[in-house]
Amino acid sequence: MLQGQIPIDEYKTGNTKHTWNLKKLRFAHRVLFDYNYKKQEVQKGYANRTLYIDLSKKEIKEKKVTEEMKNKFTGGRGFGLKLLWDSITSETRWDSVENNLVITTGPLCGITQYPGTGKSLCLTVSPATNIICDCNVGGFVGPYLKFAGFDALEIQGKAKDDVIIFIDGENGKITVEIAPLEETNTHLLTEQLTYMYASEDNDRSRQKVAVVTSGKGAEHSWWGCLNFSFYDIRRKVARVKQAGRGGLGTVFRDKRIKAIVVKVEKVHGLLNNPADPETLVKVGTKLHREIRDLDKYQCNMRAVGTGHLVEIMDAYDLLPCENYRFGSFPKAPKIYSTKFYELFTKIIPDGCWFGCTMACSKTVDGYMVKTGPYKGQKVTVDGPEYETIAACSNMSIWDPLWILEYNFYCDTYGIDTISTGTALAFYMEMYEYGILNKNRCDGLELCFGNAEAVLEFIHKIARGEKGEFINVASKGIRRVKDWLIEKGWGDEKLIEDTGMESKGLEYSEYVTKESLAMQGGYGLTLKGPQHDEAWLIFMDMVNNAIPTFEDKAEALHYFPMWRTWFGLNGLCKLPWNDIEPANNAETDEPTKVPEHVQNYVELFNAVTGKKVDKKELILQSERCYNWQRAMNVWMGRGRRKDDWIPYRSMGPVTEMEYISRKDRYDKQLIEKQGFNKEQIDKMSVKEKMKILYDYRQDQYQKLADAVYYRRGWTPNGVPTPQKMRQLGMDDPRMLKMLQEKIDEDEKAGLNVWGGKYGKGEKPPSIHPRYWEKW
Amino acid sequence: MDKPKKVKILKFHPEKCNGCLECEKACSMVHFKTKDGGDKSAIRIIKNGDRYQMHVCDQRGLCLDMCPVGALTRRKNGVVWLDKDLCIGCQACVGFCPINAMRKSVSRIQPFKCISCGACVRACPNGALELVEVKIDEIKEIVYHKLGV
Ligand code: SF4
Ligand code: SF4
Ligand code: SF4
Repeated sequence: MLQGQIPIDEYKTGNTKHTWNLKKLRFAHRVLFDYNYKKQEVQKGYANRTLYIDLSKKEIKEKKVTEEMKNKFTGGRGFGLKLLWDSITSETRWDSVENNLVITTGPLCGITQYPGTGKSLCLTVSPATNIICDCNVGGFVGPYLKFAGFDALEIQGKAKDDVIIFIDGENGKITVEIAPLEETNTHLLTEQLTYMYASEDNDRSRQKVAVVTSGKGAEHSWWGCLNFSFYDIRRKVARVKQAGRGGLGTVFRDKRIKAIVVKVEKVHGLLNNPADPETLVKVGTKLHREIRDLDKYQCNMRAVGTGHLVEIMDAYDLLPCENYRFGSFPKAPKIYSTKFYELFTKIIPDGCWFGCTMACSKTVDGYMVKTGPYKGQKVTVDGPEYETIAACSNMSIWDPLWILEYNFYCDTYGIDTISTGTALAFYMEMYEYGILNKNRCDGLELCFGNAEAVLEFIHKIARGEKGEFINVASKGIRRVKDWLIEKGWGDEKLIEDTGMESKGLEYSEYVTKESLAMQGGYGLTLKGPQHDEAWLIFMDMVNNAIPTFEDKAEALHYFPMWRTWFGLNGLCKLPWNDIEPANNAETDEPTKVPEHVQNYVELFNAVTGKKVDKKELILQSERCYNWQRAMNVWMGRGRRKDDWIPYRSMGPVTEMEYISRKDRYDKQLIEKQGFNKEQIDKMSVKEKMKILYDYRQDQYQKLADAVYYRRGWTPNGVPTPQKMRQLGMDDPRMLKMLQEKIDEDEKAGLNVWGGKYGKGEKPPSIHPRYWEKW
Repeated sequence: MDKPKKVKILKFHPEKCNGCLECEKACSMVHFKTKDGGDKSAIRIIKNGDRYQMHVCDQRGLCLDMCPVGALTRRKNGVVWLDKDLCIGCQACVGFCPINAMRKSVSRIQPFKCISCGACVRACPNGALELVEVKIDEIKEIVYHKLGV
């Protein structure tokens, strides 16, 4: 094992070396169109312009970022939403020519003094959901895009051939080049381009190049992810982080983009020109020290990354096993973080941007690939992270090496480990029930635990195979549900209840059955069931700290707003609460980590020179959050019906599930629904399940009622013009649209609460059209 | 490349020190071309009761593995060296130094540290400072084996 204090030049990964004829590759490039721009420095966190490219019209232009845009949308995801609103229609779909793929940065993105400050935000209309999907991703691209001169990059239109978009921050030039000969799959393409576009043939120059790629899997599925590179000078490998959810890579390849390359002239610590660098140093050093002293007793991120969650989730019955049927599994200890710790190459630092001492980006170097086109080669596998490991437990794969194999191929083919794993877990359950079988699965034996079949499934996608199953299965659970129902295979309700998707997007990897608030955390979201808006399981289920609907609604207001804020600024969420000050438990609101919230207030002010407080941070988010929901409404997918979640995420769908946790469920029937022991004992499992089902469905609707009210929406989940005006979001076109939708709902009788309120229970408001008084 | 095996570190004789801080002034001359001493000096002399204490880098090099850009290396003479042209000012080394001997002054974003140049030794009127040679293997410290699960 490498022990550290090894000079940088002497680190060796043991990976298979490739020699590329870069001259030949480059010679085959043909510049389609280009654009020269004036280089200018970033001022207090903003480049003050965005870059627009239309691949169909062969047009490149700059757009100015106004003070008004900053005040309303802050940056990052907020800018992305604004640019999308201005450029797409309510009818735009993922493969429409005018669909816009936006990559943005955010005012704090690219500072180096505080951990977790190098995130890019990517937004587009998703194939999975037909609404906007936003992803937060590490790597150097975001900061470099800003240092090259732009707060955001928009790409509309489609190219006819595979192109590379090159943003040359050294020379102030953008080129769009046809690039026919390079590889498509990420691990090879990223390496080729990093070497090809570096100004000189050395590591320092390669470090100034960052690349966005996807892969063959993204071309043939709706799970395409974007890989954002960061050159690791110790390993001498261009590593990658994923913008995974919602098929952004699918849109990228549909536009025939092979890669986006960004190069900067220099990298140093003050390229953002912050208003007050010493405050950044002060706050950052404080957090570094906290991580130094406490991480090993808290999350142990520096040793194993997010994988530490596997054993915690297993212990609390929250680790998704066999398509979320179970929350723990006897074999789970085989994939605990200790097992991966043995495999990780221990070379700190493992941050995805400079200065991140949380260092959660672990890697396994010299991993020997077992299957597929790269069989026998040795490669660096980035990860696995918790979500990838848990996607595998969901498929009942308990071998760390197969998890690495899965991780590697998903990444290099450019597909999302989460969606792919969650979907396969569903297909496997259908296979178990005979609703699917070998014949119906194009010859694949998709039973739980069959890792080889999983890999073969992925290779088939990457090869673009055209079987009926592969064709629909690669588009995700929603399409497979429709297909199964159309074929008349299996019970419709069982299919709807077990397939873990909402809004068309596959669930990420937590079992939410016993936490109502977390069901809301997945269902009452903007882009679909992803835990990045709220993670309330412990607060709700373990600590019982938010017992009433009102409490839960407050949490489902505050936390989604707070977490949205990271995306507006180009930040990572982990250093907020995956490390906590030693005295955090003694503060008023430990779940909010007040000291760290204050850190962010200081960072924001120190970079932008503004004077905001923590309330204003939440307001910044609320503006954009409501804007995004309004856009969902506009696109036809932002009402109560769209916040539907499958019953598997609320309670036991099958008798086996009920029986496996019988004591728990029986107890709840007694405690929550007033049955007595004798009555329970007389009931069949089916009867008990039905009672539980009705109860939990109603609970979810009541939760939605409370949350909509708290967020300032109508009872059908539509943001009100009154609320938007209060927030200062007074775009007349948007206000008019919202009013029309609310009137439509009124006519259709939809402005009513969803829960059934019995004696002693109250809906959030008894006034019809309560929002009009605001 | 032959790895350095030995390094010089500062040794302090508190009984000889009278707190005149000539050492700090000499050190800030080396690093910032000023006689300010204080937060511009890598060596600090701190009064503790009626005794003086020295606070300075002991070249054990835990920070070497922290630097994301490889700006920290062990030079041929064994000294832990910060290359300010490569440094991107992240303060990881400042935050993780176990004895807080990696220093940051307001005058520039890059931190600085003791380079065992001996300016302070020569400046000390009382012979309270001395450079002594130690084996790197005996003092070196590594981040990773402190972790583990
Ligand atoms: S402050 Fe400079 S020398 Fe220290 S770890 Fe960061 S980049 Fe390296
Ligand atoms: S040896 Fe040089 S760098 Fe170290 S404390 Fe003394 S003067 Fe400063
Ligand atoms: S110069 Fe010598 S006597 Fe003066 S403070 Fe430094 S060590 Fe002490």
